Amino acid sequence: MHSSGTYAADSVAKALAEACADVRDGAAADAMDGDAGVVPAFVALPASTGEAAAVLRVAAEHELAVVPRGGGSRLGWGAPPSRCDVLVGMSRMDAVLEHASGDLVARLQAGARMGDVAAALAAAGQEIALDVPAGATAGGVVASGLAGPRRLRYGSPRDLLIGITIVLANGTVARSGGKVVKNVAGYDLGKLFAGSAGTLGLITEVTFRLHPLPAARAFVAAEFAADALPAVCDAVAAAANSSLTASAVELSRPAASGPLLVSVLLEGSADGVAARAAAMADLLGRSGASRAKVSETAPPWWPGPPAAEAGETLVRVSFWVSALGQVLGAIDAAARDAGIAPSVAGSAGAGVLYVSCPPGEPGACARFAGALRGALDHARGGVAVLAAPGEVRAALAGRGGMAGSVPGLSLMRAVKDQFDPGHRMSPGRFPEVI
Amino acid sequence: MADASALIPRMTDICGAPNVITDPLELRTYECDGLTSHRATPALVVLPGTAGEVAGVVRACADHGVPFVARGSGTGLSGGAVPHSEGVLIVMSRMRRVLEVDPVARRAVVEPGVTNLKVTEAVRDLGLFYAPDPSSQVVCSVGGNVAENSGGAHCLKHGFTVNHVLGLEIVTPSGELTWLGDGTGVASGYDLLGAFTGSEGTLGIVTKIIVKLTPAPEAVHLVLAAYDSLEAGGRAVTDIIGAGIVPAAIEMMDALSIEAAEAAVHCGYPEGAAAVLLVELDGPAAEVEAELATVLSLCEKAGAREIRSADDPVQRAGIWAGRKSAFAAVGRLSPAYIVQDGVVPRTALGDVLARIWSLSQEAGIRVANVFHAGDGNLHPLVLYNDASAAETEAAEVLSGAILDTCIEYGGSITGEHGVGVDKSKYMPKMFSPDDLDTMQLVRCAFDPANLCNPGKIFPTPRLCGEVPGPRRGAHPAAAAGVEIF
Repeated sequence: MHSSGTYAADSVAKALAEACADVRDGAAADAMDGDAGVVPAFVALPASTGEAAAVLRVAAEHELAVVPRGGGSRLGWGAPPSRCDVLVGMSRMDAVLEHASGDLVARLQAGARMGDVAAALAAAGQEIALDVPAGATAGGVVASGLAGPRRLRYGSPRDLLIGITIVLANGTVARSGGKVVKNVAGYDLGKLFAGSAGTLGLITEVTFRLHPLPAARAFVAAEFAADALPAVCDAVAAAANSSLTASAVELSRPAASGPLLVSVLLEGSADGVAARAAAMADLLGRSGASRAKVSETAPPWWPGPPAAEAGETLVRVSFWVSALGQVLGAIDAAARDAGIAPSVAGSAGAGVLYVSCPPGEPGACARFAGALRGALDHARGGVAVLAAPGEVRAALAGRGGMAGSVPGLSLMRAVKDQFDPGHRMSPGRFPEVI
Repeated sequence: MADASALIPRMTDICGAPNVITDPLELRTYECDGLTSHRATPALVVLPGTAGEVAGVVRACADHGVPFVARGSGTGLSGGAVPHSEGVLIVMSRMRRVLEVDPVARRAVVEPGVTNLKVTEAVRDLGLFYAPDPSSQVVCSVGGNVAENSGGAHCLKHGFTVNHVLGLEIVTPSGELTWLGDGTGVASGYDLLGAFTGSEGTLGIVTKIIVKLTPAPEAVHLVLAAYDSLEAGGRAVTDIIGAGIVPAAIEMMDALSIEAAEAAVHCGYPEGAAAVLLVELDGPAAEVEAELATVLSLCEKAGAREIRSADDPVQRAGIWAGRKSAFAAVGRLSPAYIVQDGVVPRTALGDVLARIWSLSQEAGIRVANVFHAGDGNLHPLVLYNDASAAETEAAEVLSGAILDTCIEYGGSITGEHGVGVDKSKYMPKMFSPDDLDTMQLVRCAFDPANLCNPGKIFPTPRLCGEVPGPRRGAHPAAAAGVEIF
């Protein structure tokens, strides 16, 4: 189904074809989100920033809604766009434009697959220190703000992004930052676009700072009894605050009332990692864990970046690590009240946990999120629903919606109005924000 | 725009009479920041003591269309805190408390006027430190660091202010108090915290800052290596980075700056060296030990004539003293000097230094080089006699030519000092009109009336009602045959 009948499809098709060599009609397979079924009228695959700008100029002229698409793995996050006339796929812009290994910098087209990029960088013993899926694109990673376990040490995409090229809704091409790591000339638009989920414009190029691939890594894993909450909190804080310099401190509780698993990632030289892993195992042992195990390979439950299976509701809880005990307690209480038994996992040492509510009674997931927000109201942090089926989204109305309370909301709206005054970029994606 | 003096009664109500400065002589003490070549006497100076007072002051300015400028410790080197001659200067130095330290969460909440070093001093006993360490850290304020996104010698490994600030309470240019970020480092919606940091005081005034604290390293080791040429020192830097080591800091000084530092603080650097390289390693003891062995051997391989190393804090401070005194020490060699702040890709350092040398020879003006070699951030010190108008002019031309060289090699016109009022004229050489217009969309969202630190960063202010038309034409650098991104 075409989502809009407000324009003359023929003249739009002609204009788009003139702007971009690869344009086709949208099909059911291009739908943004299974249950909402917004199918784009057109799919454009630009091969360059220039082509992308031409597409967006056509969209501006005809007041078309535009949704950027990278790997598509997080396209169902947030709320699905309320309309989509042109889906701009980045798959043809997939090149590593420059890898300056001596400068530890890589410039990528936004459609470059992170797995391909990783392989290219690894040849020089370097990496982009983000834990993201191989199929994700560079632009998609930035736009979704995806970060996995190593956010404790390296931060999220905004911390590694040093330059960006964007196309605004009116077709203007703009750049900020550059290809040197240290640079404070002008406003940093990369920060603004990181996590903007396609609502401010189209990202066509990104430049990342790189890190050397560690020569060795070790995982120190410990298991705690279900009732050993204070000990777990001590262990997580001790590991994250230790001068042994953990790259990640992850926590997982796969079953609602089951044991709690903690695993710490250490990266560095072979000798250094061996010595640090032994010391970290001692540290966890002192917190009351069962004997901590050191391994070169990740435990089977070691997570990637957050992801939601079809039908699942994915809730992100962010907090100050000193409140970990309170947060875990509040999750349990809210789950009990809502009558669900979700799994909990995440970067506890960095103050982020993800709660996955399996498909089921939609009201229960929404009640859970609402109750959790109520319980953590006075704590610093937030409860955001990253992905949810339509019924859960509907049930969240009146419970803080998807985003919960967001500081600086009126400024965000002002920014959106400046960058995309017609609200044509991924409309509806951030329902409460813009 | 109303006359700022009309605001005196309201400002006095808000801040109290002793905290409103109107005496012309006293006003003049605020006429410049660390860059003394740009001056303007403010119409009025206020020193608010709370976030509520800052909001009141800004609201009063907004109500009357009076421009305002925030000032921290006034140590900035780009004129970012130069007052507006018809506006209000809001001095944050009374708001200098560390409000809260949470050692488990590794967070501190501080007021903007607190000095950078005070934060580390407040948490040192807990085994923590605040990582960004600009050379002026004894006096510069954390609020100013947020405005400038300050770096420091150790940002090579530890990152910039923006990587260590997780929440800001700000007063918007319309006078509203709001938070950007909540101290978790996880953003919901747009990352306005990131966009605000480094905006040079043009998007609002910071009233509280949540900073990330870092566990103090188990071991720190400083290596000094002396070379007969800058090229040899540069080779050592390239080899160290190539070996997969990210030191906490890599600094280099040339003969002229070594000589100046020696004369000023008797730092005892090897005599007659053409380049001194400082490499600091920090981290877990086991890692530092392994890295140290590699660094020492690479420094030697690059042809060091002398290598020293120190892990003792007193010895390390002694070695650092030469580097940290360099700017002031060079001042003793010359009646006046310009501190330049440019960035080039690290691999271009050798070529760019050679270019600076020949520019200096052609102009007949001495340039001392002190630089953060690890991240390609150059601080050429252009020495001149300000009693001679011709020499002053030549120094400025040379200083500009150095920035042109940085742009030509794909670098930046500023790595850590900011654009301020000093470098706005260079922005069009690095960015296209569309780039600058797009950046100013952020300005328009925060400050449509253009009252908050106006005249900084952008050479041409944008009228916020304007809708940008489609522009065509090549990027200026691309048109010049230079690829800068």
